[in-house]
Amino acid sequence: MTIKGKAYIAGIFEHPTRHAPDKSTAQLHAEIAHGALADAGLTKADIDGYFCAGDAPGGVMAMVDYLGLKVRHFDSTDTGGCSYLVHLGHAAEAIAAGKCSIALVTLAGKPRTGAMPPRATSAEVDFEAAYGGTTHNVYGMCAMRHMHEFGTTSEQLAWIKVAASHHAQYNPHAMLPEIVTVEDVLNSPMIADPLHRMDCCVVTDGGGGFIVTTEAIAKSLKKPLVRMIGHGEAMKGPRGGHALDLTYSAGVWSGPTAFEEAGVAPKDIKYASIYDSFTITVLMQLEDLGFCKKGEGGKFVADGNLISGVGKLPFNTDGGGLCSNHPVNRGGMTKILEAVRQLRGEAHPKVQVPNCDLAIAHGTGGLLGIRHAASTCILERV
Amino acid sequence: MDNAVKYPKPITNPETAHFWEQTAKGKLMIKRCTACGEAHYFPRSICPFCFSDKTVWEESSGEGEIYTFSRMRKSAAGPYAIGYVTLKEGPSLLTNFVDCDMEKLRIGQKVKVVFKATDGAPLPFFTPV
Repeated sequence: MTIKGKAYIAGIFEHPTRHAPDKSTAQLHAEIAHGALADAGLTKADIDGYFCAGDAPGGVMAMVDYLGLKVRHFDSTDTGGCSYLVHLGHAAEAIAAGKCSIALVTLAGKPRTGAMPPRATSAEVDFEAAYGGTTHNVYGMCAMRHMHEFGTTSEQLAWIKVAASHHAQYNPHAMLPEIVTVEDVLNSPMIADPLHRMDCCVVTDGGGGFIVTTEAIAKSLKKPLVRMIGHGEAMKGPRGGHALDLTYSAGVWSGPTAFEEAGVAPKDIKYASIYDSFTITVLMQLEDLGFCKKGEGGKFVADGNLISGVGKLPFNTDGGGLCSNHPVNRGGMTKILEAVRQLRGEAHPKVQVPNCDLAIAHGTGGLLGIRHAASTCILERV
Repeated sequence: MDNAVKYPKPITNPETAHFWEQTAKGKLMIKRCTACGEAHYFPRSICPFCFSDKTVWEESSGEGEIYTFSRMRKSAAGPYAIGYVTLKEGPSLLTNFVDCDMEKLRIGQKVKVVFKATDGAPLPFFTPV
């Protein structure tokens, strides 16, 4: 069975807040659900499937009850920031199999306001936790090795941030709407070598959501038709420390799976949403997905090649996690939302890709240099 | 990281207890599967490669080289260097580089294990040789 063409994204909503000290996390989820339903032209009673991840307070049972949903299908897969890209794939499977007909996916949280929820104790904790692996230095280790093997430079990485900033200037909600230069990135403080502060994404409160449904229901609604045509997911870890290679991610498996199902190739993609927790994340994903050869990502992203209207592959035209929004430190959700806006023709006119009929939304979750998951979604305007 | 840093005490469990008993004696243990011959880290009862339960403890030389690293410029405990070491025996492991000038670290550099005290079993770290 394939999901190709069987599931449509009928509603999207990105919470406009970037700082929400006055709201509860569950409340943010509810406001997002409300917004996604309004965008789709549906009501809460229509929802029969619900998906959420570790950011949802109390988990899926608590959320279904809090939101007052009556569902016949649910999924609380948590693979960090790419959970929502996984949910989109799983929702498409559920729609294709008839397990539900209108699925809601939400993400929300307030890392800027309060503490993150504690993580569960896992098998590796005694062998890793003491060494202070944070997102910054774990992604820093990937960048260091990539530079060592392929000669990738900080200037090349900086171009990714520069491109994101060129897009963010048109997003009224972006946390960092100012254009920056390669020099600005290189002159920003070193956080975890070789990553500078401007190689890092923002930390924001807020969230987003979307609704996945059947072809028949999507066609009965008013929004432009956007459907899933391919999905892949994969995981990668140190796996006992055997043949460690930090220069590639699980995207080398999720990407080809998705492209094969969709029957398209990277060269066909008009717009790419690529999870940008750090600049190196984008560079590695572009290589892993096949937009360029392994080791040539630096050359590919340089000189504005990711800027809409300038380069060959417009990416993260909302400003991405690097400049606009990275709610709950989980960037997979906003990748889907901007891809849908592009396919609908609803992106800001200054960054809208002309005749954007094929897009990719891809992300990794967890820690790229330790263990992580990847999910690739290929979306088409009908 | 300097010696003033307080490292968390390993929680340990029946699968890993032997590893921590040996760090107290200054030994770094890895596991090797006698079915497929592969060594792995951190230690598991079941081989993560061939899924055999014929895994045995083996003392590592504690010698290896830096696969990659990153200098964390600021933290509550001060700056530190995290990285992966590939042991002579094959497996790579996550660690910190200690008792050294962080600025001089480089990929491929030879390192050896050193142990740092906790309120429980000592933890393995690495330092340039």
